[in-house]
Amino acid sequence: MKKHIYLPVVCLLIIASFAISCSDDFVVRKPAYSIDAENYFNSKSDYDSALVAAYDLLQSTYINALLGEIASDNTLAGGESQTDVIGYHQVDDMTHTPNNAELKKLWDNMFAGVQRANYILEFKNKTDFEGKNQIIGEARFLRAYYHFELVKWFGGIPLNGDKRFKLNDEKIIPRSSVADVYKTIEDDLKFASENVSATPAQKGRITKGAALALLGKAYLYQDKFTEAALTFESLISNSPYSLVSDYNTIFEMNGENNAESVFEIQYTDVEGAGFGCLQCSEGNVAVGFNGVRNYSGPFFSSGFSFNVPVQDAVNAFEIGDKRKDVAILDIEAWAASTGAQFGKGNEHTGFFNRKYLPRVRTNTAAGDLNLTNPNNYRAIRYADVLLMAAEAYNRSALDDTKARTYLNLVRRRAFGDNNHDVSLSGSALTDLILDERRTELLGEGHRFFDLVRTKKAVGKIAGFKTSKNELFPIPIEEIQFSNGNWQQNQGY
Amino acid sequence: MKSNYLIIYFLLFSIFGFSQNYDISGTVKEAGSGLPIPGVSIQETRTKKTAISDLDGKFSLGGISSGSTIIFSYIGFKNVVYKVTSNNNSLSIALKEDTKNLEEVVVIGYGSQKKREVTGAVSVISSKTIELLKPIKIEQALQGTVSGVNVISSSGAPGAGLNIRIRGVGTNGQNGPATIIDGYVGELGLLNPNDIETITVLKDAQAAIYGTIGANGIILVTTKTGKKNSKAKITYNTYTGFQETTRILPTLNATEYALLLNESYANGGKTLPFPNASGLGRGTNWQKQIISNNVPIINHDISLSGGSDKVTYSVSGSHLDQEGIIGQKKSDFLRNTARLSLNADLSDKLKIKTNVIYTYFNRRSLNDNGLGSVLFNALNVPATQKVYDAFGVLSLVPNTTGLGNEIINPVAQIENTYNKYDFKKLNGNFGFEYKLSKNLILSSSMGFNTSNSKSKSFAKQVSYGGKVFDNVRSSVSQSAINDNDYSFDLFLTYNKKFAENHNLTLTLGNTIYKQWGSGLFATGFDVPNNSWEFADIGLTTGISAALNNGSYTYDERRLSYFGRLQYDFKGKYLFSAMIRRDGSTKFGPENSIAYFPSMTAGWVMSDESFFNKSKFLSFLKFRGSFGTLGNDQIGNNGYLGLLSGEATYVFDGLLVNGKANGVIPNPFLKWEQERKLDLGLDLKLLNDKIAITSDYFYDVRKDLLIPGIPVSGIVGPSAPGSGFPTINAGTVRNSGLEFSIDYDDKIGENLTFKLGYNVSFIDNKVTEVNGADFLAGGVFGVGQQPISRMEVGHSIGYFYGYKTDGIFQNQAEVDAHPSQLALGANAQPGDIRFVDTNGDGVINDLDKRDLGNPIPKATMGFNFQMNYKNIDFSVYTYASLGNEIVRNYERVLSDANRLNYVLNRWTGEGTSNSVPRVTTAATSNNVFSDYFIEDGSFLRIQNIQLGYTLKSKFVERAGVSKLRLYTSVNNLYTFTKYKGYDPTSLDANPIGGGIDNGTYPSPRTFMLGLNLNF
Repeated sequence: MKKHIYLPVVCLLIIASFAISCSDDFVVRKPAYSIDAENYFNSKSDYDSALVAAYDLLQSTYINALLGEIASDNTLAGGESQTDVIGYHQVDDMTHTPNNAELKKLWDNMFAGVQRANYILEFKNKTDFEGKNQIIGEARFLRAYYHFELVKWFGGIPLNGDKRFKLNDEKIIPRSSVADVYKTIEDDLKFASENVSATPAQKGRITKGAALALLGKAYLYQDKFTEAALTFESLISNSPYSLVSDYNTIFEMNGENNAESVFEIQYTDVEGAGFGCLQCSEGNVAVGFNGVRNYSGPFFSSGFSFNVPVQDAVNAFEIGDKRKDVAILDIEAWAASTGAQFGKGNEHTGFFNRKYLPRVRTNTAAGDLNLTNPNNYRAIRYADVLLMAAEAYNRSALDDTKARTYLNLVRRRAFGDNNHDVSLSGSALTDLILDERRTELLGEGHRFFDLVRTKKAVGKIAGFKTSKNELFPIPIEEIQFSNGNWQQNQGY
Repeated sequence: MKSNYLIIYFLLFSIFGFSQNYDISGTVKEAGSGLPIPGVSIQETRTKKTAISDLDGKFSLGGISSGSTIIFSYIGFKNVVYKVTSNNNSLSIALKEDTKNLEEVVVIGYGSQKKREVTGAVSVISSKTIELLKPIKIEQALQGTVSGVNVISSSGAPGAGLNIRIRGVGTNGQNGPATIIDGYVGELGLLNPNDIETITVLKDAQAAIYGTIGANGIILVTTKTGKKNSKAKITYNTYTGFQETTRILPTLNATEYALLLNESYANGGKTLPFPNASGLGRGTNWQKQIISNNVPIINHDISLSGGSDKVTYSVSGSHLDQEGIIGQKKSDFLRNTARLSLNADLSDKLKIKTNVIYTYFNRRSLNDNGLGSVLFNALNVPATQKVYDAFGVLSLVPNTTGLGNEIINPVAQIENTYNKYDFKKLNGNFGFEYKLSKNLILSSSMGFNTSNSKSKSFAKQVSYGGKVFDNVRSSVSQSAINDNDYSFDLFLTYNKKFAENHNLTLTLGNTIYKQWGSGLFATGFDVPNNSWEFADIGLTTGISAALNNGSYTYDERRLSYFGRLQYDFKGKYLFSAMIRRDGSTKFGPENSIAYFPSMTAGWVMSDESFFNKSKFLSFLKFRGSFGTLGNDQIGNNGYLGLLSGEATYVFDGLLVNGKANGVIPNPFLKWEQERKLDLGLDLKLLNDKIAITSDYFYDVRKDLLIPGIPVSGIVGPSAPGSGFPTINAGTVRNSGLEFSIDYDDKIGENLTFKLGYNVSFIDNKVTEVNGADFLAGGVFGVGQQPISRMEVGHSIGYFYGYKTDGIFQNQAEVDAHPSQLALGANAQPGDIRFVDTNGDGVINDLDKRDLGNPIPKATMGFNFQMNYKNIDFSVYTYASLGNEIVRNYERVLSDANRLNYVLNRWTGEGTSNSVPRVTTAATSNNVFSDYFIEDGSFLRIQNIQLGYTLKSKFVERAGVSKLRLYTSVNNLYTFTKYKGYDPTSLDANPIGGGIDNGTYPSPRTFMLGLNLNF
């Protein structure tokens, strides 16, 4: 019988020894061919790579330009039907609620940009190398750019310094005040303007000029007119920028990154894209959305007929304003003269946002062609800087002459003569500058925010309610995630 | 030890006492057929002298003392006792089958058990059922044949995957059960159905022996092996079939379409598109252009099996070739398999076994689900369009607003689709069993899977006239994927009977599982001649500025220890307890280990002395199980932040790639756990002719591992290449009742029949969602918000939208109703009236409600088999009740074709209260509402079969032991009110399932077949 006891013992020993040889260490392993995010930033090239990631989200701002324009009195949502991207229609009609998928995307994408910039800034002291401040400067500009978009759309937002947000921070970190958000924007842009090269190493890189222009704009949005004027002046007085003579060339492919381009978001159509991840597209999604529905004909290509200008916007152009035919495509007239075919979408006005319409594509363009249009977004043009400077000088009451000078620079190009120069001053000049902003920048996504910050939106934008529509609602999902930590914006 | 001495004493005594010895020899035959039975054990009771019958049933036993008793025994047959009184060399012993004592043995994981002693909820499908059902993929054999199991096909296309759900949808992560083939982790869908001996489904806590992977249930597959002491048996089966669609949807013909469009344009205040609709006739039926009839399917399989008294073998091969009813060869499936099984008893103590399966398949596929799929186009292209234009070229669907930019000529679409997928796999196991002592067995097995697959798809440069499918540059994408895994088991089984009536089995062991592999992807541009013939990256000439190559590598592991105790008293009181400890690389180091305990108990009441075994009630067993099981089937490295995101921007006009964070990590990831409770009852009536099994279950799955759970945007999940983390984010409860009854009887000598019915009722409720009020998914229409939700108090994946209340008949009704403007447009007479569910005087988002869900309230199966003399007949049906389906194959565009139910539209007061008016003007009628929800209940005759077995001298002389011819129809008919193609072919996503995008329907197949045994 001894044998019977002996054998199990031997067997248990075998199993036990086997088990020890594959102890729990067996299930601890390093993922192969992967880079751990917490052990990065060991060389300059690591910082460079992470910076590309922070730039990447700029491309997702197509939605900001598109939705910003739809929100204004310039355009209607359009599209295929009244239920095609209902979030656009609600913003167009100012009936939007916190439950709006498009506003949620905007919020998400801008915070994703902040997160990627903060990833670099969180590890900014890990490795030293020459030229680091250039990288940090670019990262801080990008953070400021994303923060500025967020504060424009949503007001005060949560801030976390130079650190990434972690899961559950939304339940702890409060929304900062609008002033505090602008404070970090100003600090970032000051740092960037002092540390970033004036001439870009590559087209598309942030420059000192871009940092100053955005800083001036941030002041302007806070009604800090004097700081704005001084900031713009420092940019204009040493300016490497100038207005290109022919307004018509600005929005064509060969007008990209031209002398007037202070900050331009870069797009290309060499990489494919799909509806599953619009923010992943390397192309300008807004352009395809703006496109004429079922278009076939010369020069342009087709799209989804969103964001269609209204008659009132067309009428805003004075007679002789050469910008009108650049900003507005009158499709009936165009079809009559070229034989182009087109379809009518929802809310068809007969007008299209010509600056950002899809052009005829090359045969190497990757599909879905509607989502990969390569048109760069001219985020800050020198003309915009001049008009902002004019506004700052005028509204600060510092110097209406200077204000007129800058305004007239823009108008002379628009009309090709000096006969349309402005000679008014004071608040009459303010109104003129704002009107000029509408026509100069039509279709570029600024109008809604200009009306809001100058408190002129009521009555102009149908359905706009004071003390509510100045800001968009924090997405309902975010309010829920915050578990009571964040208050909804007023009126929603 | 005293008894041993006594035996020796008697033995000695008997030898001295009976000195006269005889020799006997003869043949053992089966009483019924008269066929010889090899392997029969022949034992003299006193001396224990034994012999075994050979392949011809012959045996001989010498030196038997007179008066000795010889017992002939063979599993499944009644023993025959023979008393030796003289020499006899021509004994003919006939053994009779003993159905009662043939104890069915059920595999339960790391061991097996007599069926009558099983205490868990277990269902078994035998090779007989599989043979009858003729499933192309084995999962189909589970539908309707066992209670509690539901099989959903995502597409009826040949080779498309099937999703199995055991006892409902427990999680919105991985929902399918794990498959264990002969002890190792394997893949069910790839097996040749005829290689399978049994499929055992573990539905309750008994699966806890597989801890980690048991929460979704376990499917244990036993493949066929040879039988000991049997002559080589050759089986050849073949069938040829013809497939066709079960349905052509009633779309509008050209004239109907033109008239309806005119009405719609007139209502929208537009000029009529068809001022003269006469002479249009019926136009093109696009579905008939792409759906073929008499599409062939051919299957052959052959197997050879047998064995000696020490070695058994089984070799088999199969070939299946199926074309698709849509696109024929463009959606085909070809599968070849080969298998070898070899078991040997090397000594009394050591047994080895090996089993190797090779599988090869290839398939081609069409875009078969969703917007832009082939069927979707066929339904939406107007009948007024011609397939070919005046030049005989495939026509272009006009690029107009009314026809959108996705609707293209489906015939051209099929022609321009080129892809192929090749898959090779070798899997199998090597194992041994060593009998350490009478009671103790050491078992070990090494199972493995290794597969290589490659795919190629060619994007032809093609123009559909300005549609989204236009491709300006040809390219070819190729991939090569290698996947491997092994599972190594080592366990001890101790079995002992104490004091007559106490039986104890202890199992103790461990399992090591590791899977690893890699994938490589690349795309080449500018394919020579824009032709499939030249579509290979090696021949392409162009490059792209974008990154077009990719790869991945993975290495995932599990380490498990388990122990099980099984105890029974007289086979009457049954008890088992088990515990498993699992470690997994899917979780961070702090959470990688978990314990999964469970226990089961049973009471065979009919064995009690007080129980009056009547003819009516012959067997009664109560059983119950309770335990915790786990699930770690989630994406890899979810707890770690990796730089796997996309960081691509443009500098100097060129793409620049950097590094970015991938999916948001969740360092707190831990095991998903399911508590399963099962109370069951097995009973047999009328001399075991009727068997009834019923189970009540209550499963609570907590800490659901939900991939892609929304988290606040501030952490950056929307960044390119990032994504929502996997989070332990909720609790789902499935409870229900299962019932099955089988009746097996014969009438007279010639007629035997079997009736089976099973039904399962499931109630699914979400009881907790962490981190969000609800999770959303499911795409409906274009640009609309997701329509499916997981939310507390509702079924998982319920549909969320507006309730409707008929059609506005006149302006007064419109005026009396709250404004519907927020949905898109103000209502007019003829529009859908939405219900103001919250009564706030306006119809908006807040009025959306639960509109039903895609989970069937009940599923059932009914089957009938009968044999009369040489004829056999069988019918299998199954049904699903109370599941909702969303109709989403209609492209809401003014000029798209429609189903003919729109002919019953509203055209004026009192004309219709269900189908809204047609108009090109803006309406809210297309917003997701219950108007788009249909009852998806159905009853399907899945298989009907008539066979004839030839029994003639001629056949016998040819050495054929069985020759059967049959004809069979699969998917004969589906009784349903559902308007779409196929209520069974639907997306099975837990959130977003049940939405019909115009899915490839399951074909109806007429088959003619032959079974031949030598």
